[in-house]
Amino acid sequence: MSVIQVNGLSKHFGTLKAVDQLDFSVTEGEVFGFLGQNGSGKSTTIRMLLSLIHPTSGSIELFGKPLNKYRDEILEEVGAIIERPDLYPYLTAKEHLQLFAKLRNKHVGENSIQDTLVKVGLADRSKDKVQTFSLGMKQRLGIAIALLHNPSLIILDEPTNGLDPQGISDIRNLIKQLAQQEGKTVLVSSHLLSEIEQMATQIMIIHKGKKVADGPIQKLLDPNKMIVHIKTTNDAQTLQIILSGSFSNYLLQRTDGIYLRLPDYEIPLLNASLVNAGVGLIGVETRNSLEDYFLQVTSNTIA
Amino acid sequence: MKAIISIELYKIFRRPRTYIAFGAIAALIMVIQLGLKMDGQSYASFLMKDINDTLTVDGKVLNGYLICYILLQLLLVHVPLLVALIAADMISGEANLGTLRLLFTTPYSRTQLVMGKFIAASIYTIVLLIWLAFLALFVSMWIFGTDDLFLLKSNYVVLIQEKDVLWRYVGAFVFASFALLTVTSLGFLMSSIANNSIGPIVGTMSAIVFFTILSTLNIPLFAAIKPYLFTTHMNNWKEFFDIKVNENNEAIYGTILNVAKIKTSIIVLTLHIILFVTASVMITKRKDILS
Repeated sequence: MSVIQVNGLSKHFGTLKAVDQLDFSVTEGEVFGFLGQNGSGKSTTIRMLLSLIHPTSGSIELFGKPLNKYRDEILEEVGAIIERPDLYPYLTAKEHLQLFAKLRNKHVGENSIQDTLVKVGLADRSKDKVQTFSLGMKQRLGIAIALLHNPSLIILDEPTNGLDPQGISDIRNLIKQLAQQEGKTVLVSSHLLSEIEQMATQIMIIHKGKKVADGPIQKLLDPNKMIVHIKTTNDAQTLQIILSGSFSNYLLQRTDGIYLRLPDYEIPLLNASLVNAGVGLIGVETRNSLEDYFLQVTSNTIA
Repeated sequence: MKAIISIELYKIFRRPRTYIAFGAIAALIMVIQLGLKMDGQSYASFLMKDINDTLTVDGKVLNGYLICYILLQLLLVHVPLLVALIAADMISGEANLGTLRLLFTTPYSRTQLVMGKFIAASIYTIVLLIWLAFLALFVSMWIFGTDDLFLLKSNYVVLIQEKDVLWRYVGAFVFASFALLTVTSLGFLMSSIANNSIGPIVGTMSAIVFFTILSTLNIPLFAAIKPYLFTTHMNNWKEFFDIKVNENNEAIYGTILNVAKIKTSIIVLTLHIILFVTASVMITKRKDILS
Protein backbone atom coordinates (compact mmCIF):
# COMPACT_ATOMS: atom_id res chain seq x y z
CA MET A 1 0.00 0.00 0.00
CA SER A 2 1.26 3.48 -0.88
CA VAL A 3 1.45 5.67 2.18
CA ILE A 4 2.52 8.65 0.08
CA GLN A 5 1.37 9.11 -3.50
CA VAL A 6 2.42 12.28 -5.29
CA ASN A 7 1.38 13.07 -8.85
CA GLY A 8 2.43 16.01 -11.01
CA LEU A 9 3.32 18.10 -7.97
CA SER A 10 4.58 21.60 -8.76
CA LYS A 11 5.25 24.72 -6.77
CA HIS A 12 6.14 27.99 -8.41
CA PHE A 13 7.35 31.07 -6.56
CA GLY A 14 6.86 33.75 -9.18
CA THR A 15 8.92 32.58 -12.14
CA LEU A 16 10.94 30.13 -10.06
CA LYS A 17 9.85 26.52 -10.43
CA ALA A 18 10.87 25.22 -7.01
CA VAL A 19 9.21 21.86 -7.65
CA ASP A 20 8.32 20.81 -11.17
CA GLN A 21 5.96 17.95 -12.03
CA LEU A 22 7.12 15.60 -9.31
CA ASP A 23 5.74 12.05 -9.19
CA PHE A 24 6.66 9.50 -6.55
CA SER A 25 5.22 7.05 -4.09
CA VAL A 26 6.35 5.65 -0.78
CA THR A 27 5.24 2.20 0.32
CA GLU A 28 4.25 1.26 3.86
CA GLY A 29 7.11 0.23 6.14
CA GLU A 30 9.75 1.67 3.84
CA VAL A 31 12.61 4.04 4.68
CA PHE A 32 12.53 6.44 1.77
CA GLY A 33 15.64 8.54 1.25
CA PHE A 34 14.88 11.91 -0.30
CA LEU A 35 17.97 13.50 -1.76
CA GLY A 36 18.86 16.68 -3.54
CA GLN A 37 21.31 19.55 -3.42
CA ASN A 38 20.57 22.70 -1.43
CA GLY A 39 17.75 24.53 -3.17
CA SER A 40 16.74 21.49 -5.19
CA GLY A 41 13.17 21.60 -3.86
CA LYS A 42 13.39 18.95 -1.11
CA SER A 43 12.13 21.12 1.71
CA THR A 44 9.44 22.68 -0.47
CA THR A 45 8.22 19.18 -1.33
CA ILE A 46 8.27 18.12 2.32
CA ARG A 47 6.39 21.28 3.32
CA MET A 48 3.77 20.51 0.68
CA LEU A 49 3.43 16.98 2.09
CA LEU A 50 2.72 18.58 5.47
CA SER A 51 0.35 21.21 4.03
CA LEU A 52 2.64 24.05 5.07
CA ILE A 53 2.95 25.16 1.45
CA HIS A 54 0.09 25.14 -1.02
CA PRO A 55 1.01 23.37 -4.28
CA THR A 56 0.64 25.29 -7.53
CA SER A 57 -0.59 22.11 -9.19
CA GLY A 58 -0.62 18.35 -8.72
CA SER A 59 -2.00 16.06 -6.09
CA ILE A 60 -0.83 14.58 -2.80
CA GLU A 61 -2.43 11.54 -1.23
CA LEU A 62 -1.37 10.25 2.17
CA PHE A 63 -2.77 6.94 3.40
CA GLY A 64 -4.85 6.84 0.21
CA LYS A 65 -6.66 10.11 1.00
CA PRO A 66 -6.22 13.49 -0.69
CA LEU A 67 -4.32 15.82 1.64
CA ASN A 68 -6.31 18.90 0.69
CA LYS A 69 -9.58 17.26 1.78
CA TYR A 70 -8.50 15.17 4.77
CA ARG A 71 -5.66 17.29 6.12
CA ASP A 72 -6.55 17.17 9.83
CA GLU A 73 -7.29 13.45 9.82
CA ILE A 74 -4.10 12.67 7.90
CA LEU A 75 -1.82 14.82 10.06
CA GLU A 76 -2.96 12.91 13.14
CA GLU A 77 -0.93 10.01 11.73
CA VAL A 78 2.12 12.05 10.71
CA GLY A 79 5.10 13.13 12.77
CA ALA A 80 7.65 15.49 11.29
CA ILE A 81 10.65 17.67 11.78
CA ILE A 82 11.34 20.27 9.15
CA GLU A 83 14.84 21.61 8.59
CA ARG A 84 15.83 23.23 11.87
CA PRO A 85 14.73 22.14 15.33
CA ASP A 86 13.02 25.43 16.24
CA LEU A 87 11.48 25.29 19.69
CA TYR A 88 10.29 27.55 22.50
CA PRO A 89 13.42 28.65 24.39
CA TYR A 90 11.49 29.40 27.59
CA LEU A 91 10.00 25.90 27.90
CA THR A 92 11.68 22.71 29.11
CA ALA A 93 12.00 19.53 27.03
CA LYS A 94 9.22 17.86 29.00
CA GLU A 95 6.95 20.90 28.71
CA HIS A 96 7.39 20.77 24.94
CA LEU A 97 6.23 17.18 24.84
CA GLN A 98 3.33 17.88 27.21
CA LEU A 99 2.29 20.82 25.08
CA PHE A 100 2.38 18.91 21.78
CA ALA A 101 0.72 15.89 23.38
CA LYS A 102 -2.30 18.12 24.07
CA LEU A 103 -2.42 19.07 20.39
CA ARG A 104 -3.06 15.47 19.40
CA ASN A 105 -6.44 13.82 19.45
CA LYS A 106 -4.78 10.57 20.49
CA HIS A 107 -4.20 10.19 24.21
CA VAL A 108 -0.52 10.65 25.02
CA GLY A 109 0.14 9.94 28.67
CA GLU A 110 3.01 10.84 30.95
CA ASN A 111 4.51 7.36 30.43
CA SER A 112 4.64 7.91 26.67
CA ILE A 113 6.32 11.26 27.23
CA GLN A 114 8.93 9.69 29.48
CA ASP A 115 9.48 6.79 27.06
CA THR A 116 9.96 9.19 24.16
CA LEU A 117 12.49 11.21 26.14
CA VAL A 118 14.40 8.00 26.89
CA LYS A 119 14.19 6.94 23.23
CA VAL A 120 15.92 10.12 22.04
CA GLY A 121 18.38 10.26 24.95
CA LEU A 122 16.99 13.33 26.70
CA ALA A 123 15.56 11.80 29.86
CA ASP A 124 18.21 13.36 32.09
CA ARG A 125 17.67 16.84 30.61
CA SER A 126 13.89 16.78 30.57
CA LYS A 127 13.54 19.57 33.13
CA ASP A 128 16.03 21.92 31.49
CA LYS A 129 14.88 24.86 29.40
CA VAL A 130 15.54 24.53 25.70
CA GLN A 131 17.56 27.75 25.69
CA THR A 132 20.33 25.79 27.43
CA PHE A 133 20.33 23.03 24.77
CA SER A 134 22.92 22.45 22.08
CA LEU A 135 21.77 22.15 18.46
CA GLY A 136 22.06 18.37 18.68
CA MET A 137 19.86 18.25 21.78
CA LYS A 138 17.27 20.45 20.11
CA GLN A 139 17.33 18.08 17.15
CA ARG A 140 16.70 15.13 19.48
CA LEU A 141 13.80 16.99 21.06
CA GLY A 142 12.41 17.79 17.60
CA ILE A 143 12.52 14.07 16.80
CA ALA A 144 10.85 13.32 20.13
CA ILE A 145 7.97 15.67 19.23
CA ALA A 146 7.65 13.93 15.86
CA LEU A 147 7.50 10.47 17.48
CA LEU A 148 5.46 11.37 20.56
CA HIS A 149 2.01 10.42 19.24
CA ASN A 150 3.20 7.17 17.67
CA PRO A 151 2.53 8.23 14.05
CA SER A 152 2.39 5.79 11.13
CA LEU A 153 4.31 8.13 8.83
CA ILE A 154 7.41 9.97 9.97
CA ILE A 155 8.85 12.74 7.82
CA LEU A 156 12.32 13.82 8.84
CA ASP A 157 13.96 16.70 7.03
CA GLU A 158 17.67 16.71 7.85
CA PRO A 159 17.25 14.87 11.18
CA THR A 160 20.97 14.51 11.78
CA ASN A 161 21.77 18.23 11.53
CA GLY A 162 23.94 19.27 14.43
CA LEU A 163 24.33 15.78 15.86
CA ASP A 164 27.69 14.35 16.85
CA PRO A 165 28.80 10.98 15.38
CA GLN A 166 27.22 9.07 18.26
CA GLY A 167 24.01 11.03 17.85
CA ILE A 168 23.95 10.36 14.11
CA SER A 169 24.42 6.66 14.75
CA ASP A 170 21.65 6.68 17.38
CA ILE A 171 19.20 8.38 15.03
CA ARG A 172 20.12 6.03 12.20
CA ASN A 173 19.45 3.03 14.42
CA LEU A 174 16.22 4.61 15.67
CA ILE A 175 14.96 5.14 12.11
CA LYS A 176 15.86 1.57 11.17
CA GLN A 177 14.11 0.29 14.27
CA LEU A 178 10.99 2.36 13.57
CA ALA A 179 10.71 0.87 10.10
CA GLN A 180 11.84 -2.70 10.74
CA GLN A 181 10.36 -3.39 14.18
CA GLU A 182 7.42 -1.00 14.38
CA GLY A 183 6.42 -1.00 10.71
CA LYS A 184 6.53 2.78 10.40
CA THR A 185 6.99 4.48 7.07
CA VAL A 186 9.84 6.97 7.15
CA LEU A 187 10.65 9.65 4.60
CA VAL A 188 14.04 11.07 5.41
CA SER A 189 16.08 13.73 3.70
CA SER A 190 19.69 14.29 4.59
CA HIS A 191 22.89 15.77 3.29
CA LEU A 192 24.71 12.82 4.81
CA LEU A 193 24.43 10.47 1.86
CA SER A 194 26.34 7.72 3.61
CA GLU A 195 23.66 7.74 6.30
CA ILE A 196 20.87 7.50 3.76
CA GLU A 197 22.76 4.67 2.08
CA GLN A 198 22.84 2.77 5.36
CA MET A 199 19.19 3.16 6.27
CA ALA A 200 17.08 3.78 3.15
CA THR A 201 15.47 1.02 1.13
CA GLN A 202 14.29 3.36 -1.63
CA ILE A 203 15.68 6.69 -2.70
CA MET A 204 14.65 9.56 -4.88
CA ILE A 205 16.94 12.30 -6.08
CA ILE A 206 15.60 15.64 -7.23
CA HIS A 207 17.55 18.34 -8.98
CA LYS A 208 16.25 21.83 -9.74
CA GLY A 209 12.79 20.71 -8.71
CA LYS A 210 12.67 17.69 -11.00
CA LYS A 211 13.10 14.03 -10.26
CA VAL A 212 16.34 12.75 -11.76
CA ALA A 213 16.46 9.27 -10.24
CA ASP A 214 14.48 6.96 -8.03
CA GLY A 215 14.24 3.33 -7.13
CA PRO A 216 15.52 0.71 -4.73
CA ILE A 217 18.95 1.65 -3.49
CA GLN A 218 20.39 -1.78 -4.36
CA LYS A 219 19.32 -1.36 -7.94
CA LEU A 220 20.64 2.16 -8.30
CA LEU A 221 23.99 1.22 -6.83
CA ASP A 222 24.46 -1.64 -9.30
CA PRO A 223 27.77 -3.39 -8.57
CA ASN A 224 28.11 -3.99 -12.29
CA LYS A 225 28.42 -0.26 -12.83
CA MET A 226 31.21 0.68 -10.49
CA ILE A 227 33.12 3.90 -10.86
CA VAL A 228 36.78 3.10 -11.42
CA HIS A 229 39.59 5.59 -10.96
CA ILE A 230 42.81 4.39 -12.55
CA LYS A 231 46.30 5.74 -11.97
CA THR A 232 48.98 4.82 -14.47
CA THR A 233 52.56 5.64 -15.37
CA ASN A 234 51.34 7.40 -18.53
CA ASP A 235 47.85 8.92 -18.39
CA ALA A 236 47.98 10.42 -21.91
CA GLN A 237 48.72 7.04 -23.49
CA THR A 238 46.10 5.39 -21.27
CA LEU A 239 43.46 7.82 -22.53
CA GLN A 240 44.42 7.01 -26.13
CA ILE A 241 44.06 3.28 -25.45
CA ILE A 242 40.64 3.80 -23.84
CA LEU A 243 39.31 6.09 -26.57
CA SER A 244 40.49 3.86 -29.42
CA GLY A 245 39.09 0.67 -27.95
CA SER A 246 35.94 -0.82 -26.51
CA PHE A 247 36.37 1.05 -23.22
CA SER A 248 35.56 4.44 -24.75
CA ASN A 249 31.86 4.13 -23.86
CA TYR A 250 32.75 3.76 -20.20
CA LEU A 251 34.84 6.90 -19.91
CA LEU A 252 33.52 9.65 -17.66
CA GLN A 253 34.21 13.31 -18.43
CA ARG A 254 36.78 14.30 -15.84
CA THR A 255 39.78 16.62 -15.89
CA ASP A 256 41.41 15.51 -12.65
CA GLY A 257 42.09 11.87 -13.48
CA ILE A 258 40.82 8.98 -15.51
CA TYR A 259 37.43 7.71 -14.38
CA LEU A 260 35.30 5.03 -15.98
CA ARG A 261 31.92 3.58 -15.11
CA LEU A 262 32.29 -0.08 -16.04
CA PRO A 263 31.33 -3.56 -14.89
CA ASP A 264 33.83 -5.17 -12.51
CA TYR A 265 34.60 -8.02 -14.95
CA GLU A 266 35.99 -5.46 -17.43
CA ILE A 267 38.70 -4.27 -15.01
CA PRO A 268 41.14 -7.20 -15.71
CA LEU A 269 40.63 -6.69 -19.46
CA LEU A 270 41.47 -3.00 -19.17
CA ASN A 271 44.51 -3.88 -17.08
CA ALA A 272 45.67 -6.36 -19.72
CA SER A 273 45.28 -3.77 -22.50
CA LEU A 274 47.37 -1.28 -20.58
CA VAL A 275 50.11 -3.82 -19.76
CA ASN A 276 50.24 -4.93 -23.43
CA ALA A 277 50.76 -1.29 -24.44
CA GLY A 278 53.56 -0.91 -21.91
CA VAL A 279 51.67 1.31 -19.52
CA GLY A 280 52.27 0.54 -15.89
CA LEU A 281 49.21 0.46 -13.62
CA ILE A 282 49.90 2.27 -10.35
CA GLY A 283 46.50 1.79 -8.80
CA VAL A 284 42.82 1.07 -9.34
CA GLU A 285 40.26 2.61 -7.01
CA THR A 286 36.73 1.33 -7.32
CA ARG A 287 33.83 3.37 -5.96
CA ASN A 288 30.17 2.60 -5.86
CA SER A 289 28.68 4.82 -3.18
CA LEU A 290 25.42 6.72 -3.08
CA GLU A 291 27.47 9.89 -2.97
CA ASP A 292 29.09 9.04 -6.30
CA TYR A 293 25.74 8.18 -7.78
CA PHE A 294 24.15 11.34 -6.39
CA LEU A 295 26.87 13.56 -7.78
CA GLN A 296 26.71 11.78 -11.09
CA VAL A 297 22.98 12.32 -11.58
CA THR A 298 22.92 15.85 -10.23
CA SER A 299 25.97 17.20 -12.01
CA ASN A 300 26.85 14.55 -14.63
CA THR A 301 30.21 14.10 -12.99
CA ILE A 302 31.69 12.50 -9.91
CA ALA A 303 33.65 13.75 -6.97
CA MET B 1 -10.26 24.44 20.55
CA LYS B 2 -9.97 24.35 24.35
CA ALA B 3 -6.62 22.60 24.00
CA ILE B 4 -5.30 25.29 21.65
CA ILE B 5 -6.46 28.12 23.91
CA SER B 6 -4.95 26.55 27.01
CA ILE B 7 -1.65 25.94 25.21
CA GLU B 8 -1.53 29.47 23.86
CA LEU B 9 -2.27 30.91 27.30
CA TYR B 10 0.42 28.67 28.77
CA LYS B 11 2.92 30.00 26.23
CA ILE B 12 1.88 33.62 26.81
CA PHE B 13 2.22 33.40 30.56
CA ARG B 14 5.52 31.49 30.45
CA ARG B 15 7.18 34.28 28.53
CA PRO B 16 8.99 36.94 30.56
CA ARG B 17 7.86 39.59 28.05
CA THR B 18 4.26 39.12 29.14
CA TYR B 19 4.96 40.51 32.59
CA ILE B 20 6.47 43.73 31.26
CA ALA B 21 2.94 45.03 30.71
CA PHE B 22 1.77 44.08 34.21
CA GLY B 23 4.92 45.60 35.74
CA ALA B 24 4.67 48.77 33.66
CA ILE B 25 1.02 49.36 34.62
CA ALA B 26 1.75 48.72 38.29
CA ALA B 27 4.74 51.05 38.27
CA LEU B 28 2.88 53.87 36.50
CA ILE B 29 -0.16 53.66 38.74
CA MET B 30 1.88 53.44 41.90
CA VAL B 31 3.95 56.49 40.94
CA ILE B 32 0.82 58.54 40.24
CA GLN B 33 -0.91 57.31 43.39
CA LEU B 34 2.17 58.11 45.45
CA GLY B 35 2.44 61.58 43.94
CA LEU B 36 -1.21 62.36 44.59
CA LYS B 37 -1.03 60.97 48.10
CA MET B 38 1.97 63.15 48.89
CA ASP B 39 0.83 66.32 47.16
CA GLY B 40 -2.78 65.72 46.20
CA GLN B 41 -4.25 68.77 47.87
CA SER B 42 -2.25 71.24 45.82
CA TYR B 43 -3.26 69.28 42.69
CA ALA B 44 -6.93 69.50 43.73
CA SER B 45 -6.58 73.22 44.43
CA PHE B 46 -5.04 73.69 41.00
CA LEU B 47 -7.98 71.87 39.40
CA MET B 48 -10.52 73.91 41.29
CA LYS B 49 -8.90 77.34 40.99
CA ASP B 50 -11.15 78.53 38.14
CA ILE B 51 -14.42 77.57 39.76
CA ASN B 52 -13.74 78.32 43.42
CA ASP B 53 -15.41 81.73 43.05
CA THR B 54 -18.67 80.33 41.71
CA LEU B 55 -18.89 76.92 43.36
CA THR B 56 -18.34 75.53 46.79
CA VAL B 57 -17.51 71.87 46.92
CA ASP B 58 -17.85 70.01 50.20
CA GLY B 59 -16.29 66.67 50.95
CA LYS B 60 -13.24 64.90 49.61
CA VAL B 61 -12.69 65.90 45.98
CA LEU B 62 -9.50 63.87 45.65
CA ASN B 63 -11.02 60.47 46.39
CA GLY B 64 -10.42 57.02 44.93
CA TYR B 65 -13.01 57.50 42.19
CA LEU B 66 -11.41 60.70 40.89
CA ILE B 67 -7.94 59.13 41.07
CA CYS B 68 -9.20 56.21 38.98
CA TYR B 69 -10.66 58.61 36.40
CA ILE B 70 -7.36 60.50 36.19
CA LEU B 71 -5.44 57.23 35.87
CA LEU B 72 -7.69 55.92 33.11
CA GLN B 73 -7.38 59.17 31.16
CA LEU B 74 -3.61 58.87 31.36
CA LEU B 75 -3.22 55.13 30.90
CA LEU B 76 -5.83 54.00 28.41
CA VAL B 77 -3.81 55.82 25.76
CA HIS B 78 -0.69 53.80 26.60
CA VAL B 79 -2.16 50.40 27.32
CA PRO B 80 -2.59 49.65 23.57
CA LEU B 81 1.19 49.63 23.30
CA LEU B 82 1.38 46.97 26.00
CA VAL B 83 -1.38 44.97 24.36
CA ALA B 84 0.38 45.18 21.00
CA LEU B 85 3.55 43.73 22.57
CA ILE B 86 1.78 40.40 22.90
CA ALA B 87 -1.00 40.46 20.28
CA ALA B 88 1.23 41.59 17.44
CA ASP B 89 3.65 38.80 18.27
CA MET B 90 1.18 35.92 18.38
CA ILE B 91 1.69 34.62 14.82
CA SER B 92 4.72 36.52 13.57
CA GLY B 93 6.68 35.71 16.74
CA GLU B 94 6.17 32.00 16.09
CA ALA B 95 7.05 32.47 12.42
CA ASN B 96 10.23 34.22 13.51
CA LEU B 97 11.02 31.50 16.05
CA GLY B 98 10.26 28.77 13.49
CA THR B 99 7.69 27.08 15.73
CA LEU B 100 4.80 27.94 13.42
CA ARG B 101 5.89 24.92 11.35
CA LEU B 102 5.40 22.64 14.33
CA LEU B 103 2.00 24.12 15.17
CA PHE B 104 0.71 24.01 11.62
CA THR B 105 1.55 20.33 11.22
CA THR B 106 -0.74 19.35 14.09
CA PRO B 107 -4.19 17.97 13.27
CA TYR B 108 -5.91 21.30 13.79
CA SER B 109 -6.94 23.54 10.93
CA ARG B 110 -5.24 26.89 10.53
CA THR B 111 -8.57 28.58 11.28
CA GLN B 112 -8.78 26.75 14.61
CA LEU B 113 -5.17 27.56 15.45
CA VAL B 114 -5.52 31.24 14.55
CA MET B 115 -8.81 31.59 16.42
CA GLY B 116 -7.27 29.83 19.43
CA LYS B 117 -4.40 32.27 19.36
CA PHE B 118 -6.73 35.25 19.06
CA ILE B 119 -8.88 34.10 21.96
CA ALA B 120 -5.76 33.58 24.08
CA ALA B 121 -4.48 37.06 23.18
CA SER B 122 -7.92 38.46 24.04
CA ILE B 123 -7.85 36.73 27.43
CA TYR B 124 -4.43 38.27 28.04
CA THR B 125 -5.87 41.70 27.16
CA ILE B 126 -8.81 41.22 29.51
CA VAL B 127 -6.54 40.04 32.33
CA LEU B 128 -4.36 43.10 31.77
CA LEU B 129 -7.45 45.31 31.94
CA ILE B 130 -8.60 43.60 35.15
CA TRP B 131 -5.15 44.24 36.60
CA LEU B 132 -5.46 47.88 35.57
CA ALA B 133 -8.94 48.08 37.10
CA PHE B 134 -7.77 46.49 40.33
CA LEU B 135 -4.87 48.89 40.76
CA ALA B 136 -6.52 52.04 39.41
CA LEU B 137 -9.91 51.61 41.02
CA PHE B 138 -9.80 49.33 44.03
CA VAL B 139 -6.33 50.22 45.29
CA SER B 140 -7.15 53.94 44.80
CA MET B 141 -10.42 53.45 46.72
CA TRP B 142 -8.45 51.78 49.49
CA ILE B 143 -5.76 54.46 49.65
CA PHE B 144 -7.86 57.59 49.05
CA GLY B 145 -11.29 56.52 50.26
CA THR B 146 -14.54 57.22 48.40
CA ASP B 147 -16.87 60.17 48.01
CA ASP B 148 -18.93 61.79 45.27
CA LEU B 149 -17.16 61.99 41.92
CA PHE B 150 -16.56 65.55 40.86
CA LEU B 151 -15.42 65.92 37.24
CA LEU B 152 -14.39 69.06 35.45
CA LYS B 153 -15.31 68.84 31.79
CA SER B 154 -14.28 71.47 29.22
CA ASN B 155 -17.24 73.78 29.79
CA TYR B 156 -19.25 72.22 32.58
CA VAL B 157 -18.87 70.19 35.75
CA VAL B 158 -20.33 66.82 36.61
CA LEU B 159 -21.11 65.71 40.10
CA ILE B 160 -21.99 62.05 40.50
CA GLN B 161 -23.17 60.72 43.83
CA GLU B 162 -20.88 58.21 45.51
CA LYS B 163 -23.50 55.44 45.25
CA ASP B 164 -23.89 56.13 41.53
CA VAL B 165 -20.22 55.76 40.56
CA LEU B 166 -19.09 52.15 40.83
CA TRP B 167 -21.40 50.70 38.15
CA ARG B 168 -20.18 53.42 35.77
CA TYR B 169 -16.65 52.19 36.24
CA VAL B 170 -17.80 48.64 35.53
CA GLY B 171 -19.39 49.95 32.32
CA ALA B 172 -16.30 51.97 31.46
CA PHE B 173 -14.02 48.96 31.90
CA VAL B 174 -16.31 46.75 29.82
CA PHE B 175 -16.25 49.43 27.13
CA ALA B 176 -12.46 49.68 27.43
CA SER B 177 -12.27 45.93 26.84
CA PHE B 178 -13.92 46.45 23.43
CA ALA B 179 -11.44 49.23 22.64
CA LEU B 180 -8.45 47.13 23.69
CA LEU B 181 -9.75 44.04 21.89
CA THR B 182 -9.85 46.16 18.75
CA VAL B 183 -6.16 46.90 19.31
CA THR B 184 -5.58 43.19 19.97
CA SER B 185 -7.25 42.24 16.70
CA LEU B 186 -5.35 44.94 14.79
CA GLY B 187 -2.07 43.67 16.25
CA PHE B 188 -3.14 40.17 15.37
CA LEU B 189 -3.81 41.18 11.76
CA MET B 190 -0.36 42.77 11.53
CA SER B 191 1.08 39.61 13.05
CA SER B 192 -0.50 37.43 10.36
CA ILE B 193 1.18 39.46 7.63
CA ALA B 194 4.75 39.59 8.92
CA ASN B 195 7.38 37.01 9.79
CA ASN B 196 9.15 39.00 12.50
CA SER B 197 8.15 40.37 15.89
CA ILE B 198 9.12 44.02 15.73
CA GLY B 199 7.36 44.98 12.48
CA PRO B 200 3.83 44.13 13.61
CA ILE B 201 4.29 45.82 17.02
CA VAL B 202 5.56 49.01 15.39
CA GLY B 203 2.93 48.68 12.66
CA THR B 204 0.11 48.40 15.18
CA MET B 205 1.26 51.42 17.12
CA SER B 206 1.81 53.42 13.93
CA ALA B 207 -1.71 52.57 12.76
CA ILE B 208 -3.19 53.67 16.09
CA VAL B 209 -1.20 56.92 16.08
CA PHE B 210 -2.13 57.59 12.43
CA PHE B 211 -5.84 56.99 12.90
CA THR B 212 -5.87 58.87 16.22
CA ILE B 213 -4.50 61.90 14.42
CA LEU B 214 -7.20 61.56 11.75
CA SER B 215 -9.84 61.21 14.47
CA THR B 216 -8.58 64.25 16.36
CA LEU B 217 -7.95 66.66 13.49
CA ASN B 218 -10.87 68.94 12.75
CA ILE B 219 -10.31 69.04 9.02
CA PRO B 220 -13.48 68.83 6.89
CA LEU B 221 -11.78 66.41 4.48
CA PHE B 222 -11.62 63.75 7.20
CA ALA B 223 -15.03 64.46 8.69
CA ALA B 224 -16.74 61.86 6.51
CA ILE B 225 -14.49 58.98 7.58
CA LYS B 226 -14.13 59.90 11.25
CA PRO B 227 -17.28 58.09 12.45
CA TYR B 228 -15.95 54.84 10.97
CA LEU B 229 -12.47 54.97 12.50
CA PHE B 230 -12.00 52.81 15.57
CA THR B 231 -9.79 55.47 17.13
CA THR B 232 -12.75 57.90 17.13
CA HIS B 233 -14.59 55.54 19.46
CA MET B 234 -11.84 54.17 21.71
CA ASN B 235 -12.11 56.97 24.28
CA ASN B 236 -15.88 56.89 24.61
CA TRP B 237 -15.69 55.10 27.96
CA LYS B 238 -15.92 58.65 29.31
CA GLU B 239 -19.57 58.77 28.21
CA PHE B 240 -20.39 56.64 31.25
CA PHE B 241 -19.53 59.67 33.36
CA ASP B 242 -21.84 62.16 31.62
CA ILE B 243 -25.14 62.20 33.41
CA LYS B 244 -28.62 63.44 32.49
CA VAL B 245 -29.96 66.47 34.33
CA ASN B 246 -33.51 67.59 35.09
CA GLU B 247 -35.05 71.00 34.39
CA ASN B 248 -33.35 72.34 37.56
CA ASN B 249 -30.01 71.23 36.21
CA GLU B 250 -29.81 68.53 38.88
CA ALA B 251 -28.18 65.19 38.03
CA ILE B 252 -30.58 62.30 37.56
CA TYR B 253 -29.33 59.29 39.50
CA GLY B 254 -28.38 56.21 37.46
CA THR B 255 -28.58 57.83 34.02
CA ILE B 256 -26.17 58.23 31.14
CA LEU B 257 -26.48 61.29 28.94
CA ASN B 258 -25.71 59.66 25.61
CA VAL B 259 -26.35 55.92 25.63
CA ALA B 260 -26.69 55.86 21.83
CA LYS B 261 -23.14 57.11 21.47
CA ILE B 262 -21.84 54.26 23.61
CA LYS B 263 -23.88 51.72 21.63
CA THR B 264 -22.64 53.10 18.32
CA SER B 265 -19.05 52.98 19.53
CA ILE B 266 -19.41 49.36 20.68
CA ILE B 267 -20.91 48.41 17.30
CA VAL B 268 -18.10 50.14 15.37
CA LEU B 269 -15.41 48.58 17.57
CA THR B 270 -17.01 45.12 17.29
CA LEU B 271 -17.17 45.41 13.51
CA HIS B 272 -13.49 46.32 13.46
CA ILE B 273 -12.67 43.30 15.62
CA ILE B 274 -14.60 41.00 13.27
CA LEU B 275 -12.98 42.57 10.21
CA PHE B 276 -9.44 42.35 11.56
CA VAL B 277 -9.80 38.77 12.84
CA THR B 278 -11.47 37.55 9.63
CA ALA B 279 -8.67 39.12 7.60
CA SER B 280 -6.07 37.44 9.87
CA VAL B 281 -7.69 34.04 9.35
CA MET B 282 -7.91 34.50 5.58
CA ILE B 283 -4.31 35.65 5.30
CA THR B 284 -2.96 32.84 7.48
CA LYS B 285 -4.99 30.20 5.65
CA ARG B 286 -3.57 31.22 2.30
CA LYS B 287 -0.04 31.77 3.51
CA ASP B 288 2.82 29.47 2.59
CA ILE B 289 4.84 28.73 5.69
CA LEU B 290 8.38 29.36 4.52
CA SER B 291 9.94 30.36 7.84
